[in-house]
Amino acid sequence: MTTTTLNRPAISATGLRKSYGDQVVLDGIELTVGDGTTFALLGPNGAGKTTMVQILSTLITADAGAMHVAGHDLAKNPNAVRAAIGVTGQFSAVDKLLTGEENLLLMADLHHLGQRESRQRAAALLDQFDLVEAAKKPAATYSGGMRRRLDLAMTLVGNPRLIFLDEPTAGLDPRSRRTMWQIIRDLVADGVTIFLTTQQLEEADQLADRIAVLDQGKLVAEGTADELKSRIAGGHIRLQFADPHALDSAAHSIEAASRDDDTLTLQVPSDGNVRSLRALLDQLDSASIEVDRLSIHTPDLDDVFFALTGHPTTQKEG
Amino acid sequence: MSTLYYTVTDSATMLRRSLRHMLRYPSMTLLVIGMPVILLLLFTYVFGATLGAGIGALSGGRTAYVNYVAPGIILLTVATAAQGTAISVAMDTTEGIIARFRTMAISRASVLTGHVLGWMIQTMLSLAVVIGVALLMGFRPSAGPFAWIAAIGLLAMVTFALIWLSVALGLVSKSVETASNLPMFLMLLPFLGSGFVPTGSTPAVVRYFAEYQPFTPVIETLRGLLMGTPIGNSAILAVAWCAAITLVGYVWARALFNRDPAQ
Repeated sequence: MTTTTLNRPAISATGLRKSYGDQVVLDGIELTVGDGTTFALLGPNGAGKTTMVQILSTLITADAGAMHVAGHDLAKNPNAVRAAIGVTGQFSAVDKLLTGEENLLLMADLHHLGQRESRQRAAALLDQFDLVEAAKKPAATYSGGMRRRLDLAMTLVGNPRLIFLDEPTAGLDPRSRRTMWQIIRDLVADGVTIFLTTQQLEEADQLADRIAVLDQGKLVAEGTADELKSRIAGGHIRLQFADPHALDSAAHSIEAASRDDDTLTLQVPSDGNVRSLRALLDQLDSASIEVDRLSIHTPDLDDVFFALTGHPTTQKEG
Repeated sequence: MSTLYYTVTDSATMLRRSLRHMLRYPSMTLLVIGMPVILLLLFTYVFGATLGAGIGALSGGRTAYVNYVAPGIILLTVATAAQGTAISVAMDTTEGIIARFRTMAISRASVLTGHVLGWMIQTMLSLAVVIGVALLMGFRPSAGPFAWIAAIGLLAMVTFALIWLSVALGLVSKSVETASNLPMFLMLLPFLGSGFVPTGSTPAVVRYFAEYQPFTPVIETLRGLLMGTPIGNSAILAVAWCAAITLVGYVWARALFNRDPAQ
């Protein structure tokens, strides 16, 4: 299947607005997602991530804004958009009373695949998503990870070229999360465009070409993972000392550090790479300063938020 | 590749899904059949002799009462099926699967059509079971084949009307619990009509209500067709009520389904 939108962006939105009553959920969003790329929308609960996915995937309508998805005008031709996209929402969209196989065949029927093609497609997806053994069991009996895999498999029945994934790994154990990441990487390798939302910087970092940070309905930053991280001051090495004297001399020799006398610690900004760590340790050694303990802190979502918005992540319901 | 072709195929797919749900979730079917059967047993064997004497049966009050109450119980089956419809529609919409259907290029109407057709089939089968039980308990309709066909047609019309209304009630409910409570009034209506006792025996307020509520003409028509009692203008009223309820239910359900889903 070739796409006719090769040179056009997979998604473009300008002036996208949405409010529920007095509450402004999305406030003038501008974004572009290149065809065949992976785009991550990063933000805390209540930032408007799900609303954005719901609008771009035709589930709900925006109050204002011009949007094009997969080369079609979202407002004028939602059905053409629907034919080109696949959506895996935050809450599993599987039919729990049907078996895994029946769920996939249901999707195949709704995509009007022939009977033979339906069977082949379902069998291939069950195999690919490691659901062969569970194929004949009702989805209600599936674990969270299995249900999420079935959910994504159902999304893939129609071979969408653009896939929306709303918090694809939320609530999954670390192993299932790794599996999901690998599945997403395989899709990207096949040239599929991915628009995903996440609360975890690490996930965005692992998967996305470009990351946009959404805070209270506004995009506060956009760029590659490296570009964003260079703007984050949160990554640091924490040095703990046995006595105030050691802290004093360490603080003296390391310029960029910030000290805390109460806990006898020193925070040294760092992106966590080994060379800078070794350099720091060498520096301490040459000054004969004894370090009691050392720990490395990588920036997390809170750091991103603090750096980009000046306030910590505000958790909202929903 | 016409739109109509896709509407029909998608509706057939959704109907298959709906029927499969019934097989996988038999407790819903048991509720639909069990409720009227229990009431039939209760009203026949516990209250039957007394109520039978009360409606002026000359002899064998209980047997006479089975014949009186059966049409009301048969309609009650449609009311419990309506409740089942609302519950299953609400269960569907509170799950993510409907959101998935909404983001797919399928005929939107097919989602609702699947529910309506599936419940039509389930209700007609339940009606057959309930009528069968009534026959075993001594219900002796005097209807000939044509009257039976007309009665089945009437039941199909009532079922179609109440199911569309229940689809709307299921869609308007924010939870499965609400969906199970909302259609409750449908189950009370046969009691507040001529289903269990003649309206003439009730206080003026109840009688007035009974005369103008939809179940009374439907029950009177059904009783007339099955037992040969006079029908009068009940048939026209019953058909008009069914048409009106179908229209309201359909328009309301479609509007609810086409609006943005709740946040």
